Amino acid sequence: MAFPHRLDAPELPDFSMLKRLARDQLIYLLEQLPGKKDLFIEADLMSPLDRIANVSILKQHEVDKLYKVENKPAVSSSEQLCFLVRPRIKNMRYVASLVNADKLAGRTRKYKVIFSPQKFHACEMVLEEEGVYGDVSCDEWAFSLLPLDVDLLSMELPEFFRDYFLEGDQRWINTVAQALHLLSTLYGPFPNCYGIGRCAKMSYELWRTLEEEEDGETKGRRPEIGHIFLLDRDVDFVTALCSQVVYEGLVDDTFRIKCGSVDFGPEVTSSDRSLKVLLNAEDKVFNEIRNEHFSNVFGFLSQKARNLQAQYDRRRGMDIKQMKNFVSQELKGLKQEHRLLSVHIGACESIMKKKTKQDFQELIKTEHALLEGFNIRESTSYIEEHIDRQVSPIESLRLMCLLSITENGLIPKDYRSLKTQYLQSYGPEHLLTFSNLRRAGLLTEQAPGDTLTAMESKVSKLVTDKAAGKITDAFSSLAKRSNFRAISKKLNLIPRVDGEYDLKVPRDMAYVFSGAYVPLSCRVIEQVLERRSWQGLDEVLRLLNCSELAFTDMTKEDKASSESLRLILVVFLGGCTFSEISALRFLGREKGYRFIFLTTAVTNSARLMEAMSEVKA
Amino acid sequence: MDCYTANWNPLGDSAFYRKYELYSMDWDLKEELRDCLVAAAPYGGPLVSLLRKPWRKEKAASVTAVLEIYSASACLWPWKSGPVVSLGWSAEEELLCVQEDGGVLVYGLHGDFRRHFSMGNEVLQNRVLDARIFHTEFGSGVAILTGAHRFTLSANVSDLKLRRMPEVPGLQGAPTCWTALCQDRVAHILLAVGPDLYLLDQSACSAVTPFGLAPGVSSFLQMAVSFTYRHLALFTDTGYIWMGTASLKEKLCEFNCNIRAPRSRWCSRPRSKERAVVVAWERRLMVGVMRPRASSILGGLFVLDEDSYLVPELDGVRIFSRSTHEFLHEVPVASEEIFKIASMAPGALLLEAQKEYEKESQKADEYLREIQELGQLTQAVQQCIEAAGHEHRPDMQKSLLRAASFGKCFLDRFPPDSFVRMCQDLRVLNAIRDYHIGIPLTYSQYKQLTIQVLLDRLVLRRLYPLAIQICEYLRLPEVQGVSRILAHGPVQQKDVSDEDVARAINQKLGDTPGVSYSDIAARAYGCGRTELAIKLLEYEPRSGEQVPLLLKMKRSKLALSKAIESGDTDLVFTVLLHLKNELNRGDFFMTLRNQPMALSLYRQRIEGRVAALQTAADAFYKAKNEFAAKATEDQMRLLRLQRRLEDELGGRFLDLSLHDTVTTLILGGHNKRAEQLARDFRIPDKRLWWLKLTALADLEDWEELEKFSKSKKSPIGYLPFVEICMKQHNKYEAKKYASRVGPEQKVKALLLVGDVAQAADVAIEHRNEAELSLVLSHCTGATDGATADKIQRARAQAQKK
Repeated sequence: MAFPHRLDAPELPDFSMLKRLARDQLIYLLEQLPGKKDLFIEADLMSPLDRIANVSILKQHEVDKLYKVENKPAVSSSEQLCFLVRPRIKNMRYVASLVNADKLAGRTRKYKVIFSPQKFHACEMVLEEEGVYGDVSCDEWAFSLLPLDVDLLSMELPEFFRDYFLEGDQRWINTVAQALHLLSTLYGPFPNCYGIGRCAKMSYELWRTLEEEEDGETKGRRPEIGHIFLLDRDVDFVTALCSQVVYEGLVDDTFRIKCGSVDFGPEVTSSDRSLKVLLNAEDKVFNEIRNEHFSNVFGFLSQKARNLQAQYDRRRGMDIKQMKNFVSQELKGLKQEHRLLSVHIGACESIMKKKTKQDFQELIKTEHALLEGFNIRESTSYIEEHIDRQVSPIESLRLMCLLSITENGLIPKDYRSLKTQYLQSYGPEHLLTFSNLRRAGLLTEQAPGDTLTAMESKVSKLVTDKAAGKITDAFSSLAKRSNFRAISKKLNLIPRVDGEYDLKVPRDMAYVFSGAYVPLSCRVIEQVLERRSWQGLDEVLRLLNCSELAFTDMTKEDKASSESLRLILVVFLGGCTFSEISALRFLGREKGYRFIFLTTAVTNSARLMEAMSEVKA
Repeated sequence: MDCYTANWNPLGDSAFYRKYELYSMDWDLKEELRDCLVAAAPYGGPLVSLLRKPWRKEKAASVTAVLEIYSASACLWPWKSGPVVSLGWSAEEELLCVQEDGGVLVYGLHGDFRRHFSMGNEVLQNRVLDARIFHTEFGSGVAILTGAHRFTLSANVSDLKLRRMPEVPGLQGAPTCWTALCQDRVAHILLAVGPDLYLLDQSACSAVTPFGLAPGVSSFLQMAVSFTYRHLALFTDTGYIWMGTASLKEKLCEFNCNIRAPRSRWCSRPRSKERAVVVAWERRLMVGVMRPRASSILGGLFVLDEDSYLVPELDGVRIFSRSTHEFLHEVPVASEEIFKIASMAPGALLLEAQKEYEKESQKADEYLREIQELGQLTQAVQQCIEAAGHEHRPDMQKSLLRAASFGKCFLDRFPPDSFVRMCQDLRVLNAIRDYHIGIPLTYSQYKQLTIQVLLDRLVLRRLYPLAIQICEYLRLPEVQGVSRILAHGPVQQKDVSDEDVARAINQKLGDTPGVSYSDIAARAYGCGRTELAIKLLEYEPRSGEQVPLLLKMKRSKLALSKAIESGDTDLVFTVLLHLKNELNRGDFFMTLRNQPMALSLYRQRIEGRVAALQTAADAFYKAKNEFAAKATEDQMRLLRLQRRLEDELGGRFLDLSLHDTVTTLILGGHNKRAEQLARDFRIPDKRLWWLKLTALADLEDWEELEKFSKSKKSPIGYLPFVEICMKQHNKYEAKKYASRVGPEQKVKALLLVGDVAQAADVAIEHRNEAELSLVLSHCTGATDGATADKIQRARAQAQKK
């Protein structure tokens, strides 16, 4: 048991209400099409739907057969077809082709399209263009918040990241605002609001407008959640790009957690079948190790195994009555725990196999070097070797991005050579990937005139230490882009430790990256919560290029209870990683807060890079 | 009128059969007809005869056989090839001569040799015993009975696919009789061996028995299939005739006669309930009509003056002998109604009325009133029109049509087109029935054949003026009619030089609308005049039409240059793709080399993407994004190269990255090329070393790897060599390289090969704390105990200092 919650930690609100709400709404929509119907579900919606309503519930409401929306003609023979889809053009074309095929065959059926989380006008336009608008009825299933865990809400919109941060498409902002509005109607208004980032600001403003339109309802309610903090992903790419070493993050990096559950393959289950495991607080074993640094997990698990054995062993000395008790009450729990334990041990072994190789250690070493900003040349050549050896296209890309962000862009020579190497290794089509990365600001080139760093170092040599600091500030203010190094210094992201960082008893949030780096996003949240405003963080904001985009909004009337004031909703726009979640959970325990996470999707470095990649299907 | 029905023979209660003379034959047959092989094409087609005798006698016989084709034009020439077993006409009116060795010679209508094909080796060895030419939906087929009593058939001679039929079990001698059947688009063979019947299809031989066959049959002598393959008649040696459906599942009738029938043919009227079989023996002709539900048959007997030959037609039988050519058919309903003695059918009355009217008798009015009272005037007119169509004699046609026209006057709204069309059709029919032309088509045959086919046949007979006049008379559209005839006509002239013919055609046709020179050329090619076809294509203004034909004629190079001249890239690609399939690689590129334009186009096509990439590169240059522009250019270069590699080496290269391309080359053993590529694309040394290292290790080519490692100093050090060897579990090789690893990585390398003791020595020598602990962590169990101690000691010593 690494960190028990502080006794005064506030209770979390009950988010299962969101599930019930979504389920009832779906049922209502399905009932609007009385009689037997076939349901076509988009692949992306399948797992979320599974969490809301299982097949038997659907069957109860006269869903006959379930189909996946694919690029294949449907074979359904039902007279009523219902489509449950994300509002995407390609889905509309699919529906239209189906309807048109029926028309050609002289068939008349009833069609209903349910958009989740909302419908877009463009989709209806497509239906109209295809000449089927009149044949299809459209509805919205405002299912935007899926509680993945007691403290984690996901909108399950992985495309948010690419749509907004690369394409500049703002259509999801409305969805975010709607979701926030829903939360405030259910759990009372948020007395304190903070935010950073353009998208955060826009979402917030839109949300406010929504509240004003419908005011009155929430006014009188006591707030349950005291703070809300909105954060754009592009404020902190660095954290998201780092390799995760906390157990949950590692599981995500290695096996990909999808919608709160993971498929453990045969190498984990040590049988020939793969096993789907739901990863949340209900899994007792997992709940205890999820936030742990990986180096502790094995020890913990073996300890746990010993305890379990001891509990099993207890029955040796039991008499009949006790045995009866044991079997009826404890055995089941023990068995379950046993099963879970073996799964996690299997997963650990599998991770160990992959990660304890020298390669991984060197990778981590390079990452840390990049974060701390020393041995840049060496790191660059490591990346080059990484590319030359074709280790992994996504990994190589991630390292390059990390190098670029921490170094304020690559120097032109490196930029060219790395890019050339990358194209040679992984194919020329990645030219587009690079263009995407540049647009998103993930991988940039220092402008040829931008030799500030060089100048800076030259000048600083000439003056005293104190002056040098000022010069650094002056220079960094001249730099246009985010200057990670300066922020790092300002916010003390790289903890100075003497000797070994004790990962067993972590002192700060840096433990999620083996003590090498405090996640920037989490640090910013910590600072703001401490100050209850952005005051004194002007410099950081400027370095983040967010001077105009940070806001605070506090209601004067103080109806909020002290307990609610220690509940904080953090909204990550563009996704958050499990490492960040772990770090904030740690922070909460330290400071007596409880954090609730709302994210557009849980992400990790690989997902970010894949979203930017242009690879032919 | 009575005299008109004189040649009608009543058969049964309601049907009449009549036989009328088509032509009096003018052939100067030297021999008896029975001594000749004779074949006649259906639909009033030509006849052919060939004297059988020479092969019966000894070879020494000085008489040469003469092949004679009659009707369209008399044409005879001495037969020089091998013994002919069977003669027949294909649906395109080509003469097929099946020789004893299984070779089939195809001649045109004018005795011009067209082509030759063989029925396979098996036939060649066993000789042909008998052969039949039959007509199917696909065309004309040939069925052959070989000396080994096996059947081989081809359902379509223009698209020759030989099928060898399965063996008939227990077949010792030749079958007593056999025929080819065509059912459900599949050709079968029905054969009789004594009293047993067998049906052969592609896969099996099954014994069949006709339904309701009277007992006591000892042998089937003859079988006859109807024109549509729907009915079958079987003759036995007892004079018993069984008639039924071709599937043998249904009996229509049976009867006995005391003839030993030498020849029989079906004769039926389409849509008639009654089927009849015509049996000719010696000099008599018997028509057996089957009556539903009647067990016996009424045989109408015609007496023939001479030996005759029967040709089955769609609606009757043509009978020809030395001196006459006659047609026997069932009298069509309309004619029967009108001309039957004492008929009161409306048509008959109308005809009578018209006659009286001509005689200026008031009876005309009476007759007319009678029809009108019954309200059957429309029917009467229709009857007259229809009957006119079935009349052979123009005067009868005229009088019937006149009656129809007379009747029409008393009708308010009678659509004129049926009358007009009948008049036109009859004019055409009469014209072609003329003995100069000699195509004795009946009206129903003509309808079945369609005017287009008729025109083609006229063209085949070189009756261009007539064909053109028919077109003009029928006001057929130019493309269908006149132009087509003009186009097809001249090609068949044989003895003029190609150049002249081509020019003549051009002069004649000029730019007549609807003339397609490519069609003419295709026709010329069909006649085996490739050169003429090419000349003709010169006049074809549309290259799109030229090229496919040239390809078909295997003039691919000419086609290529034509396609290039046209400037139509699509066309060039068509040719290129064709060429690529046709030629081997070397020839293909040689051809391309002579056509730089095609070569460049080929490249473009192959790298369809390259063009797009070029555009992209240009755009990048405009945008001053030189890096991207260069990268795009490299990509183009790579694509071209990969294409070349695929062509030359085979395998898949397209869309691989540069790295993977080089790797693939090394894995394929093309080291030279790999190095060339690395130089061309300026692959950095480091990458190349990594790449080669991995590839060679994958190949487990340790020798080459060692050579490579010694080629020069490794830019990536030697640790990777050790690593990769260990990965392939080759400790022996790994050790070789471990000794060459630089000092700073030596410990790692030694640990990798598992040499803990030496690693410890090196680490102690280096006095490196990190290295020492690393080695220590590798010390396991008792074996390394000594080493561990050593390290501990060294550590202690170091700390002391």
